[in-house]
Amino acid sequence: MLYVGIFLIIPTLVVVVAAFLDGANRPTLANVRELGESYIAKTFWNSFWVSALSAVIGAVFGALLAYVLATGNPHGTFRQAVTSACGVLAQFGGVTLAFAFIATVGPAGLITTWLIANAGVDPFGSSLFELRGLILVYSYFEIPLMVLVFLPALDGIRPQWREATESLGGTTWDYWRSVAVPILTPPFLGALLLLFANAFSAYATAAALITQGAPIAPLQIRTAFTSEVLLGRENIGKALAFGMILVVAVVMILNSLLQKRSSRWLR
Amino acid sequence: MSATIDTPGPALTAAGASLPSRPGLRARRRRNLQILRITVLVLLGAFFLVPLLSTFEFSIRGIGDAPRTFEAWGRIPSDATLRSAIIDSLLLAVLTSVVALALMVPTMIWVRLRLQSISRVVEFLCLLPLTIPAIVLVVGLVPVYAWVHYLAGTDSILTLFLAYVVLVLPYVYRALDTGLSAIDVRTLSEAARSLGASWFDVMVKVVVPNMASAVLNAALLCVAIVMGEFTIASLYNYVNLQVAIQQLGLSDASLSMAASLSALLFAFVLLLLLSFVGRRRDRRGKA
Repeated sequence: MLYVGIFLIIPTLVVVVAAFLDGANRPTLANVRELGESYIAKTFWNSFWVSALSAVIGAVFGALLAYVLATGNPHGTFRQAVTSACGVLAQFGGVTLAFAFIATVGPAGLITTWLIANAGVDPFGSSLFELRGLILVYSYFEIPLMVLVFLPALDGIRPQWREATESLGGTTWDYWRSVAVPILTPPFLGALLLLFANAFSAYATAAALITQGAPIAPLQIRTAFTSEVLLGRENIGKALAFGMILVVAVVMILNSLLQKRSSRWLR
Repeated sequence: MSATIDTPGPALTAAGASLPSRPGLRARRRRNLQILRITVLVLLGAFFLVPLLSTFEFSIRGIGDAPRTFEAWGRIPSDATLRSAIIDSLLLAVLTSVVALALMVPTMIWVRLRLQSISRVVEFLCLLPLTIPAIVLVVGLVPVYAWVHYLAGTDSILTLFLAYVVLVLPYVYRALDTGLSAIDVRTLSEAARSLGASWFDVMVKVVVPNMASAVLNAALLCVAIVMGEFTIASLYNYVNLQVAIQQLGLSDASLSMAASLSALLFAFVLLLLLSFVGRRRDRRGKA
C-alpha cells in the first residue's frame, strides 16, 4: 500500500500540483493557460484524431476478427492460437513495432523496394514518419486489443436469441437490427474508448518512429522533459502531463458508465 | 495465424438439416459466413505477418549487393552495448518480479482473509497504472527518483525496478487474483492455523504452493513487460534492452533488426510458456 502510495500516487499528485506552480513554487495558472497556446493545442488535437482514427480502425477490424472467432468452435485450437497471438500482439509496441514497419513500408522497406522495382512507384514516401503512419502502426496493437476486449461480449450473445427471432418470423436483418446491435453497442463503445485511451497514452512507438519534432502530446512532453529548462517554463511538461491525465480520466469515466449499461444484458 | 480454419462441425449441419422449412437460407448463410471468415483471416493475417517477415528479411539483408547472411544474428551476443543492456534488462526483470511478488502475494492473501472490506480499494489501486500513461509517470517520478538516488547513494540503472514494480502491478494483480479465486484460501488457512502453523507458514507452505501456477504466471508477465519497457528508461537516460536496440537502429540497421526480432521472439516464447501453464491449471481444475 505504502509502496503504491510512493510510486503511483505521489507522481500523480506531483504532476497535478506542479502544473499549477511556477518556477519559484508560487501558485499560478500560467502553465495551464499555456495548454491553450496554439502549438500545444495543436499537439493535443493531433493526438486526439490519431488516437480516434486508430481506435475506430482497431475497433472495426478487431470486432470482425472477434466475430469470426466467436462463430467458430469455442474450444478449437484455432481460436486458442489466435487469442494467444492477440495477447502477445496487444502488448507489442515500442521499438520493435516501429522497426517492423520501417522494414516493411519505410524508405528501404520490403514492400517499398518491391514496388519501386516492379511498379516503379513509391506510394509511401516518408508517410510512415508522419501522423498517417502512426495510425497504421497503432492499428497493429489496437486490433488485437479489440479482439481481447470484445470477444467476451460476443460470447455473451446467446444462440437462443437468434432462434427466438426466427421463430417470431424475423429475418437475419431483423435479428441484427433489433437484437444483436442494440445489445452489442454499449460494449463496443466501451471497447472503443479503451482503445482510444490506449493509443492516446502510447509513447514508445511514436518516440521510436518520430525522432524529430513533436506532433503529438506524449512527444511534446518528451521535448519539454529533455530540453534545456527555460526560465519560468519549468512546469510546462507537468501541465502537459496534467492535460493527458484529464483526457484519460474523462475517457475512463465514460467507459465505466457504459460498462454499467452493458452489464444489463451481458454478464 | 495461418492455422487451419475450423469448419462448422457436424452438429451445425445436423441442426441446419433438422429445419427442412428453410434449408436454402441456412446453407446460404453458412456459405456467406465462411466467405467472410476467410476474407477477414487472410487480410488480417497478412497485415500481422508481413511486418514481422519484413523485419526478418531486413535482418539478413547483406550490405549493398552482398548476398543474404545471418551474420547480424551472430553479432547479437558479441556487441558490447547490446550485451550489457541485455544483462541489465534481465537483472531488472528478476528484481521487478521478485519485489512485485513479495509485495503482492502477502497483501492479496491478507486482504482476502481479513480485510474483505478494502478489497475494492486494493483492486482500484492495482489497476490504476493501466490508466495513467507511462509518460506521465516519468514526469511525476522525477522528485521521487531524486530522493531514491540520494538515499540509495547510487543512480544505477537497477533503481529503475522501483518504477517497474508499479508498471507490472495490474498484471500481477490479475494473475494472482485468478489464482486465489480458484482455491479456498479461508479453509486452507484455518486448517493450517488449527494445526499450529504460524501466519508465515500458512502463506509460504500452504497457500503459495496451491497457487504456484498463478505465481509463475505473474512472474513471466513481469519479465515480458520489463524486457519490453522503453519509455521510462529512455527518458531517464538509462540504456536498457529496448533503448539499446533503438540506438543501434541509427548505426547498424541489420543488427538492430535482428536484436529487436529476437527480443520479440523471447517475449513470445515466455507468453507461450504462460499459456501452457494456464492450460495445465485448467485441466486440473476440470478433473
